[in-house]
Amino acid sequence: MGMTTSQEIARLQELARNTRKIILETLAEAGSGHPGGSLSAVELLVTLYFYKLRHDPKNPKWADRDRFILSKGHGAPLLYSILAQAGYFPLSELKSLRKLGALLQGHPDMDIPGVEMPAGSEGIGLSVGVGQALAARLDGRPTRTYVLMGDGEQGEGEVWEAAMSASKFKLDNLVGMIDRNGIQQDGLTEQIMPLEPLAAKWRAFNWNVIEVDGYDYLQLIEAFDTAEMVKNRPTMIIAHTVKGKGISFMEWSPTYHGTPPTKEKMEDIYKELK
Amino acid sequence: MLEKMGAMRNAYGEALVELGANNQKVVVLGADTTDSMKSGMFGQKYPERFFNLGIAEQNLVGVAAGLAFGGKVAFAGTYAIFVPGKCVDQIRNMLCYADLDVKLVCSHAGITVGPDGGSHEQVEDLALMRAVPHMRVVVPADAVAVKGIIKGIAEIPGPFYVRITRGVIKGSNTPIVYENGFEYKLGKANVVMDGGSDVALFACGIMVPEAMRAAESLGKKGVKASVIDVHTVKPIDQETVVKYAKLCGASVSAEEHNVIGGMGSAVAEVLTDQYPIPLKRVGVNDTFGESGEAQELLNKYGLTAAHIEEAAQQAIAMKRR
Repeated sequence: MGMTTSQEIARLQELARNTRKIILETLAEAGSGHPGGSLSAVELLVTLYFYKLRHDPKNPKWADRDRFILSKGHGAPLLYSILAQAGYFPLSELKSLRKLGALLQGHPDMDIPGVEMPAGSEGIGLSVGVGQALAARLDGRPTRTYVLMGDGEQGEGEVWEAAMSASKFKLDNLVGMIDRNGIQQDGLTEQIMPLEPLAAKWRAFNWNVIEVDGYDYLQLIEAFDTAEMVKNRPTMIIAHTVKGKGISFMEWSPTYHGTPPTKEKMEDIYKELK
Repeated sequence: MLEKMGAMRNAYGEALVELGANNQKVVVLGADTTDSMKSGMFGQKYPERFFNLGIAEQNLVGVAAGLAFGGKVAFAGTYAIFVPGKCVDQIRNMLCYADLDVKLVCSHAGITVGPDGGSHEQVEDLALMRAVPHMRVVVPADAVAVKGIIKGIAEIPGPFYVRITRGVIKGSNTPIVYENGFEYKLGKANVVMDGGSDVALFACGIMVPEAMRAAESLGKKGVKASVIDVHTVKPIDQETVVKYAKLCGASVSAEEHNVIGGMGSAVAEVLTDQYPIPLKRVGVNDTFGESGEAQELLNKYGLTAAHIEEAAQQAIAMKRR
């Protein structure tokens, strides 16, 4: 692209700022939904979609495209915001999120252009990623498959079934990502169901594990690039993030896992986003 | 009648091998029961398209979903107690919600699992699968039907649940109903004994041969019965059910499944909506099974030709004069 790294990062920063704004406006309009876990993973997903992923919004079913699977389905506002900016559907669709008859359902479904998997019930996405990666290998396609999970989602047993199978099949075309924001619906993950040592668990399952600061673009870019070089093993990127990132009164707040901002709060939010 | 025997699982393995030769999109997944299920026969022939996920049924269904998203026709299965037993959520929210080309084929359904006992005797699967939107539910009557159904559903997009039996006689055999072959048509029941206008016997799976024996015995007593193999429990063949309800005015359903929610319930729904007539349901009476030989269990739990015959007489007696 001929861009310097600092130009590239400035571009991603601008996209992230816009993504955050769209998420919050969309949720304020919808009146329900999950801001916390959308805001936490903005930089992670912006970097994936606008730096790494090989996809074509004009040809959403292109066979050789990379696949992004949102396993933590409550991150739908984040995914929709990114898909709209990428050109899969008009930004105006976000105004009717969660409304009767809308294209954009509360959680992703297959009628939405650019969505690769319906989501909402936690724990299934990594298994589906394993299947996608196996299909790509069978067909000799260059497709790489990326799966974003929540940290609370790690409580699902199926995640660990999928973890074992991905290393059994040596799926180096599969990348998992964990939005490690430390908070689930009922409170802190380490109180509800402790996950640590999380990286060691994934290493023990024979995954290549990369831990990153989820807001450091250089680390994110390097993680995605490095994952591509690893052979015979899947990669797990654990992104250390902050629930509700970017809006002071939402950060570290279990309340904002599943409560949208009121329209009155949007004034404060606009000030913080500048 | 019904003197030849065949093993449903062997037919499944053979059907998969034949499918694999003709359709490169076919992949097969198992969960540590692939030798017993005979899906391993496909694995021997096409190892690159065969995936053993170990004892992890939720992942089995999820990985099958991923392969289907990637353009494959995935046959996945294990014992019916585990799939759908352990993974109704994955089946609902992935296979059915996304209408995926995954065919779940599960064996060892019903009480004829036998000596393994109640923990292994799946009598709820038809009810569970029937209630999920988009799922199609099929119960082959014999080994010939298994082959026809497996080949048939491979050509029909979307999710299926196919329930097969471990065996009734000598471990793995069941009587052959379809000596002259079987061609699968989605949503079309097979009338295996036609013309009887006194009572309609609706059956599926291994209860089809039992219903045929019941019809034969009833015939000797001057009672004319028709036997309908309702192999596709969903979508059920409403037209044929109503046609025989009108012809006979009394009916029996027979299935190796709980009387709640299975094929008999599906027939009852059609009858109450469209043409109410007496229906006696033969099945497992909302209880768990136990250890024993298959035939002993069928006798004890009321799933034999004699029980169907008795139910037929009761249904006829209930006809409005």
